[in-house]
Amino acid sequence: MSLLDYFRKSKPKSAAIAKERLQILVAHERTARNRPSYLPQLQKELLDVIRKYVNVDQDAISVNFEQDENQETLELNIVLPDYQQENKSVNM
Amino acid sequence: MARIIVVTSGKGGVGKTTTSAAIAMGLAKRGHKTAVIDFDVGLRNLDLIMGCERRVVYDFVNVINGEASLNQALIRDKNCNLLYILPASQTRDKDALTLEGVGRILEELSKDFQYIVCDSPAGIEKGAYLALYYADDAFVVTNPEVSSVRDSDRMLGILASKSRRAERNEEPVKEYLLLTRYDPSRVKSGEMLGLDDVQDILSLQLLGIIPESKSVLTASNSGIPVILDEKSEAGQAYEDVVARYLGEDRPHRFIEDKKGFFRKLFGGKS
Ligand SMILES: Nc1ncnc2c1ncn2[C@@H]1O[C@H](COP(=O)(O)OP(=O)(O)O)[C@@H](O)[C@H]1O
Ligand SMILES: [Mg+2]
Repeated sequence: MSLLDYFRKSKPKSAAIAKERLQILVAHERTARNRPSYLPQLQKELLDVIRKYVNVDQDAISVNFEQDENQETLELNIVLPDYQQENKSVNM
Repeated sequence: MARIIVVTSGKGGVGKTTTSAAIAMGLAKRGHKTAVIDFDVGLRNLDLIMGCERRVVYDFVNVINGEASLNQALIRDKNCNLLYILPASQTRDKDALTLEGVGRILEELSKDFQYIVCDSPAGIEKGAYLALYYADDAFVVTNPEVSSVRDSDRMLGILASKSRRAERNEEPVKEYLLLTRYDPSRVKSGEMLGLDDVQDILSLQLLGIIPESKSVLTASNSGIPVILDEKSEAGQAYEDVVARYLGEDRPHRFIEDKKGFFRKLFGGKS
C-alpha cells in the first residue's frame, strides 16, 4: 500500500455521515408533520367500538399513517386477545 | 403594494440579521424603497448591524401601541436614503407584538415601500411566527451543518402550513435558500456538508452561497452592512443574491475551494 492510498482509504468523511443522518431524520419528521391531527381521537373511538364486541387492551390497537408521493395510507392493526395458542390479528 | 420578505431559519446565529441588513441595503441601493424590521423583541440587534443604534427613539412596539407614528419610529439609513429601519423593542414582554398589530403596520408600510424585509428571531415560537405570517417570500438562511438544515426544514413546514398565504389557500410563500458561512475548503475535505448535500435534502431555489468571511465581523464592528464592502467575498455574494432575487441570472460563485497551492500545502488557515 502506497502512502497515497493510506491517506485516501481513511475513515468515512463526517459530512457523508451527517448527510445520511439528516436524510433519515428529515424524512421521518416530514411524515410526522403531515400526519392528520385526528389520529389520536380516531384511535380512541375505534377502541370504544371494538370493545363493544371484543375485550381488548388499550394498546391492542395501533393506527399508522403513511405517505408517499402518490398516496396516503391509514393502517389499522388490532391484536385480538389470546384465546388459543396463537395470536389472531385483524388487518384492515 | 410592497413585497414582504421574511429572513428566517429556526436556528439562531446562522446569519439572519447579517442577511437582512445586507439584502435590505442591496435592494435600496438599486433604487427600491425598502424598510427592514427587527422582529427580535427583547434582543434588538439589527440597529447595531445597520449602525443606527444611537438614533433609536421609538420602536416597533411603540408604533403598534400607538405611542409613536411610523414616521417617528422609522430611521433613515445614513448610507442610503431609500432605506429605513424599524428597530425592535427591548421590552421583555413577549406578547408586546400581536398578529393584528403587525398586520396593521405592514399594511401601512406597504403603501409607501416596495420591499419590507422582516428579520426573524430564532426559534419557532411566536416571534418567528409573526415575522413569517404575512410574508410573500421567505429567505431560508441555512448553515451547512446538521442542526441548521433540520431547523430549516421545520421552518419550511411552518411556512407551508401557518403563513397567511397557507391559511387563505393562496399561492404559497416563495421559498429561497441562502447557504451561509460556507467554507469550500472544508467541503472539499469532507468535513462540511456541501451545496449538493444540502440541496438533496431541502431542494429549494438557491439565491446564493455566502462564504465564511472575516469581512462580516469587520462590517458588524463598524455598523456597515457587509454588502457595502464591495471587495469582500461575502459582500459580493450578497450583491449577487439581490440581483438574482430581482430576476437577474448570475452564475453561482464561492463554491469552489480556490485556496492557493502553497497555502494548502502548508495548511494555512483562512
Ligand atoms: N458569512 C459569514 N462569515 C462569517 N461570519 C458570519 C457570517 N454570517 C454571519 N456571521 C457571524 O455569525 C454571527 C451570527 O450572525 P447573525 O446575523 O447575528 O445571525 P442570526 O441573526 O441568525 O442570529 C455573527 O457574529 C456574525 O458576524
Ligand atoms: Mg438575528
